[in-house]
Amino acid sequence: MEDKLILGGREFNSRFILGSGKYNLDLIKAAVENAGAEIITLAVRRANTKDSENIMDFIPKNVTLLPNTSGARDAKEAVRIAHLSRELGGGDFVKVEIMKDSKYLLPDNVETIKATEILAKEGFVVLPYMYPDLYSARDLANAGAAAIMPLAAPIGSNKGLTTKDFIQIIIDEVDLPVIVDAGIGKPSEACAAMEMGAAAIMCNTAIATAKDIPVMANAFKLAIEAGRKAYLAGLGRVLARGSESMDPLTGFLRN
Amino acid sequence: MENSFLIDSDKLSAAALKRKHEIENDKSVRINHMEFLPNMDKLDNDIYDKLVAASTGVDWNSYTKDDVLRALRSETLTIDDFKALLSPAAKPYIEEMAKRAKIETSKHFGNTVYLFTPLYIANYCDNYCVYCGFNCYNDIKRKKMNFEEIRHEMEIISKSGIEEILILTGESPVYSDIKYIGEACKMAREYFKNVGLEIYPCNIKDYKYLHECGADYVTVFQETYNSDKYETLHLLGNKRIFPYRFQAQERAILGGMRGVAFSALLGLTNFRDDALASALHLYFLARKYPQVEYSLSCPRLRPIVNNDKINPLDVHETELCQILCAYRIFLPYVGITVSSREEKHFRDGIAKICATKISAGVSTGIGDHEEKYEAYDSNMDKESLTKELENDECGDEQFDIADKRSFDQMYKDMSDEGLQPVLNDYVYV
Repeated sequence: MEDKLILGGREFNSRFILGSGKYNLDLIKAAVENAGAEIITLAVRRANTKDSENIMDFIPKNVTLLPNTSGARDAKEAVRIAHLSRELGGGDFVKVEIMKDSKYLLPDNVETIKATEILAKEGFVVLPYMYPDLYSARDLANAGAAAIMPLAAPIGSNKGLTTKDFIQIIIDEVDLPVIVDAGIGKPSEACAAMEMGAAAIMCNTAIATAKDIPVMANAFKLAIEAGRKAYLAGLGRVLARGSESMDPLTGFLRN
Repeated sequence: MENSFLIDSDKLSAAALKRKHEIENDKSVRINHMEFLPNMDKLDNDIYDKLVAASTGVDWNSYTKDDVLRALRSETLTIDDFKALLSPAAKPYIEEMAKRAKIETSKHFGNTVYLFTPLYIANYCDNYCVYCGFNCYNDIKRKKMNFEEIRHEMEIISKSGIEEILILTGESPVYSDIKYIGEACKMAREYFKNVGLEIYPCNIKDYKYLHECGADYVTVFQETYNSDKYETLHLLGNKRIFPYRFQAQERAILGGMRGVAFSALLGLTNFRDDALASALHLYFLARKYPQVEYSLSCPRLRPIVNNDKINPLDVHETELCQILCAYRIFLPYVGITVSSREEKHFRDGIAKICATKISAGVSTGIGDHEEKYEAYDSNMDKESLTKELENDECGDEQFDIADKRSFDQMYKDMSDEGLQPVLNDYVYV
């Protein structure tokens, strides 16, 4: 059976998404060629530029753009940036990012839910970046989100799955694809998130700051594929210490 | 060693000269620099008190090698760690600081470098700031561009490829009133994606109006955070009022601006004290207004028209680099702008460590972009250019710039350095 990632009715073979806000061209090339990325995020504010420097030109044609609303400080601004994205030819996909903190760039769940509701009603395929909180994830699902994008750790930190338990709860409880976004620092962490049942991994800094960008991009591809296969295979049980006594404790029972 | 700033023009009348000397020599004829004037918004909060408590009376020689190494090993730095990195004890560790700074920069900004250009629209000034080329007693050609001239300049700059503009004026609310600046902002929105302002500090309602006209970033340099020293350098005009200037960024934020920038003018007094205070000014405001985008600049004193001896004293390139690395490590998320006051080799080098924004195609004169761009294209030497500009209608420069590279050249040089030049990463909402 084919194992596709389905977002907004579209099918993708790759479960690696490049978060490419920083626009390192080497990184975009490596993500597509070495990590097999089919989706690349695009900051609308960064694409808001003259023809001479059109970011769209740098992105291969077979790749789906995922414009984001970075720079928005509330729902109203996110909606306006999403509209601008449509005008610029960014399509119907939008990753809602709303931050009220320029230091850690943590998402504001309350405003994100509001923006998701408005944009989903307008026909956007909304992928909201959020702080992993179950109630917010449910509200986002009810608001019409196409997926949930909880953060693993502060963006750019490479700290790994620091919110692991809470992401697992969202995966278990919300019937939407969960894309782990921000903070993943190593392929092993991407693999672990996929084993947990994440639908895809979004990553940038871990690859951008590696010594060899193409090789690291490929390492992420392999790790994500391995984690996905492990999830589909069903992880084997973990043996707990002392639980494998040969003589059954209940062997004395006669009837 | 001190700079000697005071210059007498032979064009001043005897009475004017007498008045100038009085102001320079007799503190009692100067107004109280710590008292707000009646028309000035005054914010009631403790940010300045916090700054004073954290930044004055630092014994810079008390920091040791161990303090520096501990700071460099810390993931997030305390204010005391930051002081250690600014101290003389850190100077031998400049390479280690640069390496750490580079890592922090790449985490937050990737390998990008933003390019912008300043546009001076008028150089009339009511202030007497003794080190500044625009000061009201300096005999320079004054000019305020009319809107037709501003449009012409913007067209030329925009054609060069620049998308972010910083509009500057001398500090004269009379010649360059808020309405005039607002109209310039509206016009700039037609040609550029991002409009910033570096003008005289104004009241909240004025910032609000300028924001509505299209500006979203405000830069105000405090020059020095030592209020006693400040008093001896800013002798006349609204700029004399130290706390009104200190609160300018906060008023701009309250007026709706997205970002604010800070700096001291390095070389006026103890540069470590001023570098510390600049960063802490930002730090305390960021704790109060976390949603705002913050940035730091690092201007050093430069020669001006009629005084080519002005220099940044003991703030050499190594010290400047140390300050900027310390800024980056302490405040990894803030923008750092390095202006054309610095030479090519320094700007190329620092952009690879911690600077995130540099200017290109710069003129600090008024209405002379066309001639200057043509002259730079044809590699005209400085003397011929000066002669060329003497007879025309342009206004004189605020200071002598050190890096005259055009936008095209800068874009190419930054790319050649392995950096990704960014023209815009902003949308006005």
